[in-house]
Amino acid sequence: MLDLDFGKYEGFIWAAYGISALVFVLLTVASLRFSAHWKRQAEQLKAQEDARS
Amino acid sequence: MISAPAFLSNPERFMAFSRWAAPLFGGLAVLLAITGLWLGFTAPEDYQQGDTVRIMFIHVPAAWLSMFAYFCLGIASFLSLVFRHALADAAAKSAAPLGAGFTALALVTGSLWGRPMWGTWWVWDARLTSVLVLFLFYLAYMALRSALDDETKAARACAILALVGLVNLPVVHWSVNWWNSLHQGVTVFAKGGPKMAPVFLVPLLLMVLAYMAAFGALWLVRIRGEVWRRRADAALSRLART
Repeated sequence: MLDLDFGKYEGFIWAAYGISALVFVLLTVASLRFSAHWKRQAEQLKAQEDARS
Repeated sequence: MISAPAFLSNPERFMAFSRWAAPLFGGLAVLLAITGLWLGFTAPEDYQQGDTVRIMFIHVPAAWLSMFAYFCLGIASFLSLVFRHALADAAAKSAAPLGAGFTALALVTGSLWGRPMWGTWWVWDARLTSVLVLFLFYLAYMALRSALDDETKAARACAILALVGLVNLPVVHWSVNWWNSLHQGVTVFAKGGPKMAPVFLVPLLLMVLAYMAAFGALWLVRIRGEVWRRRADAALSRLART
């Protein structure tokens, strides 16, 4: 049965889960932004090259 | 027949593969994490550790992934150093920030578990110290990478550093056997089978698979970004020459 009352350990458990969730969100956002940024840059530069040739 | 490494060593084939594989791994990670967390939060309290046993479901996967990511970094660095393969170097470079994230999580969640169970946030114990050294190797790898402008020199120097750091992996794994440690000994891979009740073992293994799938998804996304970055650099160089 689901019981989210962790008594005296509540602070430690929720802090561990909260920090883990935060790190996962940061890693996901940073990875997606990094990839999207460079994809955009590469496509823009390729379009410039094509326009010149 | 083309082997898996040879298949993925072609950037075009890798980009085509990772385009569908990354979201697939990401979706799998979410499904496995939801199932693992549900089973973990509905499991009974441990008779000794009480509710703090629930930290195990995020601490152990982070600790295993910190080593797995470094192993991947080491293999990719070896391939980059020996075969001068650009995609292998991109894979090594992309694994480092993810591995550092998992190692930081292992250290922080371990500390949050250690305080109520051991009565201290930190001890200079063999396991904890060797994991801290692993974290420092990740930081050193990323610092060296960003300090060198020459991409070829950076790849070579970082690959050598990564290979040196591989020596630390067996130390992390067997530290609890080689030295007297406050840290718990080998539990899942113990001789004679896991020393853990299935009610805890099943959610733990599901969470390990979830973390592995998440690492796979994020690693592929970052490698794709690195391939795009190198294409942009190459295009910029060509434009500057014309």
